[in-house]
Amino acid sequence: MSVSQALPGTHRRDMDAYRLRHGHGGGHGGHDFPTGHGEGGPAPRHVVVAYGFWIFILSDIIMFSTFFAAHAVLATATAGGPSGTVMFNPANVAWETTALLLSSFTCGLSAVATRARSLVWTEIGLLITGVLGVAFLVLECREFASFVARGASPEASAFLSSFFAVVGCHGLHVTAGLLWLGTMMAQVFVKGFRPDILRRLLCFNLFWHALDIIWVALFTIVYLIGLGR
Amino acid sequence: MLGKLTWQAIPFDQPIPLVAGGVVFLILVAVVIWIIVKGHLPYLWNEWITSVDHKRIGVMYMLLSLVMLLRGFIDGLMMRSQQALAFRAPGYLPPEHYDQIFSAHGTIMIFFGAMPMVIGLMNFVVPLQLGVRDVAFPTLNSTSFWLTATGALLVNVSLVVGEFARTGWLPYPPLSEATYTPGVGVDYYVWALQISGVGTLLTGVNFVTTILKMRAPGMSYLRMPVFCWTALASNLLIVAAFPVLTATLAMLALDRYLGFHFFTDTAGGNQMMFVNLIWAWGHPEVYILVLPAFGVFSEVIPTFSGKPLFGYRSMVAATLFICIVSFTVWLHHFFTMGAGGDVNGVFGIATSIIAVGTGVKIYNWMFTMYGGRIRYTTPMLWSVGFIVTFVIGGMTGVMLAVPPADFELHNSLFLVAHFHNVIIGGVVFGGFAGLTYWFPKAFGFRLHEGWGKASFWFTFIGFYATFVPLYVAGLLGMTRRLQEYDVASWQPWVLAAGVGVLVTLVGAVCQVTQLVVSILHRDELRDETGDPWDGRSLEWSTASPPPAFNYAVLPNVQGEEPYWEIKRRAIETQQLAAEPDYKPIELPRNSPTGFITAFFATITGFALIWQIWWMVVVGLVAAYLVFVVFAWRDVTEYEIPASEVAAIDRARRTARQQWLDTHARVGEQV
Repeated sequence: MSVSQALPGTHRRDMDAYRLRHGHGGGHGGHDFPTGHGEGGPAPRHVVVAYGFWIFILSDIIMFSTFFAAHAVLATATAGGPSGTVMFNPANVAWETTALLLSSFTCGLSAVATRARSLVWTEIGLLITGVLGVAFLVLECREFASFVARGASPEASAFLSSFFAVVGCHGLHVTAGLLWLGTMMAQVFVKGFRPDILRRLLCFNLFWHALDIIWVALFTIVYLIGLGR
Repeated sequence: MLGKLTWQAIPFDQPIPLVAGGVVFLILVAVVIWIIVKGHLPYLWNEWITSVDHKRIGVMYMLLSLVMLLRGFIDGLMMRSQQALAFRAPGYLPPEHYDQIFSAHGTIMIFFGAMPMVIGLMNFVVPLQLGVRDVAFPTLNSTSFWLTATGALLVNVSLVVGEFARTGWLPYPPLSEATYTPGVGVDYYVWALQISGVGTLLTGVNFVTTILKMRAPGMSYLRMPVFCWTALASNLLIVAAFPVLTATLAMLALDRYLGFHFFTDTAGGNQMMFVNLIWAWGHPEVYILVLPAFGVFSEVIPTFSGKPLFGYRSMVAATLFICIVSFTVWLHHFFTMGAGGDVNGVFGIATSIIAVGTGVKIYNWMFTMYGGRIRYTTPMLWSVGFIVTFVIGGMTGVMLAVPPADFELHNSLFLVAHFHNVIIGGVVFGGFAGLTYWFPKAFGFRLHEGWGKASFWFTFIGFYATFVPLYVAGLLGMTRRLQEYDVASWQPWVLAAGVGVLVTLVGAVCQVTQLVVSILHRDELRDETGDPWDGRSLEWSTASPPPAFNYAVLPNVQGEEPYWEIKRRAIETQQLAAEPDYKPIELPRNSPTGFITAFFATITGFALIWQIWWMVVVGLVAAYLVFVVFAWRDVTEYEIPASEVAAIDRARRTARQQWLDTHARVGEQV
């Protein structure tokens, strides 16, 4: 009654069903079991982990989209208080963007170093990523502090509430990312390039680049449109 | 030092919550003492609390759900009895207490009764039906469960420490803002739901990944059982909808704690934005609950009709149709917002169109039964009861989807009757059908049929006796959430509903009795074959209860009903398939991570509710440390040697061989 033995010999499809070791897709020959249709049995561990993390990132992006929607509704609700045109400092935002985009680039470089199994360069790449992330947070906190000092605190109006919430939510994500980055550096240093550490590095990279994507949307929706209003 | 927490938080002046809380507390203490004295603690810790096995986690979800269903049902009893007494009289529940009860009733039933029920069923069944050994992220799964339990704990702590929200199960501002509800009630609501919401979101991530990336060899999408399809749709909805809830409740918390102005009635806040956002989550949530129930019926009805499911592909299409359209109807919860005829028209039509997908399913189930050899077991009774009840609930839903009618019926008891009609008739009936259907798989013995049927009939009749009068009262203009009323024409209907809920109570008692009786008589109800119902999908091919690894060798799936085909072949050829080549199996090790995370989440949540800031910091730092310690583990799996796998599987094969022999003799007589 064993299910697995029902039809012997038909089951060769679990050989690299996800085509991970095939160069550029094509040339797969006659027996073509479509990638992702999962007829080849459970996917390898690193595919499952990265896939699951992608789904998580998508859910995170939906959470941000809710904050964006709220900001779109409340952006003009300044209640007699200052608007974005008055408050936003384009230079500061430009530096923040530079720091974050550069950190994404260095994060990518550390991934290249990981692929080459270079411990030193992986750590250096992660370290620079972290430093740039901290720089971003410092700039953001400075901006928040200057807002509050000029009386534009989140209590002042619905516009400022949603501004602080959406930008602050991104900032919290960066903070969490930095904590994660610290533990990743320690894990890589102590445990080396074990398969599970490599999977986590992959997820961390996904997360850090996603923060960048969200920042691009935030830069556009909050700052660019806000300045032009 | 303790924030807002003082002795005043304990309601010494209100006997009902104090006595109820006291009794529950004493029972809990007694249970804990019994566990420790009897020496069950190590077993409980090693086999259940720290377990990352999807089957154990599923059972714990179901247990949580049953306890919370009872808890929520007691709230319902109190509401019905209060209204029965409250005709031109204050009744026995003062308004501020009554308001907490209907808020807690809705919150508990949806988040901690219905949600754990469907998630519990999915946990237990989906990996078995997919023919794999566990979900994609077993430790995360355990964490999800314990975070859900944390939310349930916090809501119930509010019974004795402080108060619960008086704002309804969805805390509409501005009432829920700190200005109008300064107490901790809404804060209990917000943090209980935020914490359990994280658990649910992680469940969604986990199951989407499991279903899309971890299936037995040969199980293409269109060979998945419909329950797996509905689980996929439900979890996709979780991933897409729960982040909206998280963000919305975060905004409400920012309003309440830090003076933000998302939803306030001052400084440009927008209350209707809350209503829009909460229903952008809330309507998909309805389908998160009911789709897996549809999946249960799609398993139960073919099994007990002795036929394959009618219209498998249309069933899949209808499921995905509902999954997508459920995101385009949220505005029907507030046609009275004043969005104008065009907007209301669009959402009204979208709402009516959803009924098409559901109608396809109803016909498919009926055509599955048509011409079949139907066995009216308890799960089948729940399923047929569902078809009848859900059609009525669906029709009143289409009535409410017509905006002009909705203006009359909005917030009336007609609406209350409608959503109880679909949630009880759909989700709860589905949950009980699934519970009785898969119980033998989980424990190796069936539930008692007599008590199960009694439970069905009392619940079924009690449901109609309760909610048909409420439909009428609603049509007579009775609004929901009334603590006291003075319209004489409503009284007979309210009294009738009061009698109806007592009939339902008999059903609930039968349900509990069924469990107790079945456990006491488990030896007579034992099923050795692993296939007590003559099932069709993969889970019935393994032993009951399944071994930790589910399948000694991953099944090779050849069709839509893989187990049915194999069973037919075994009966025809009079022999089991050849014994496979057993290999050692690696399984994830148990981990206390989920429990410890939930422990600190409870501390953090409680501290946030009472604004004990140092404790918040302690909780968050501890959460980070748990993360680091968990990340540091070196050994994540243990190996079951091939000899042990072989021994376990040979025992199963022996039982199957005996079954085959008996079955052959029966076949010869026929």
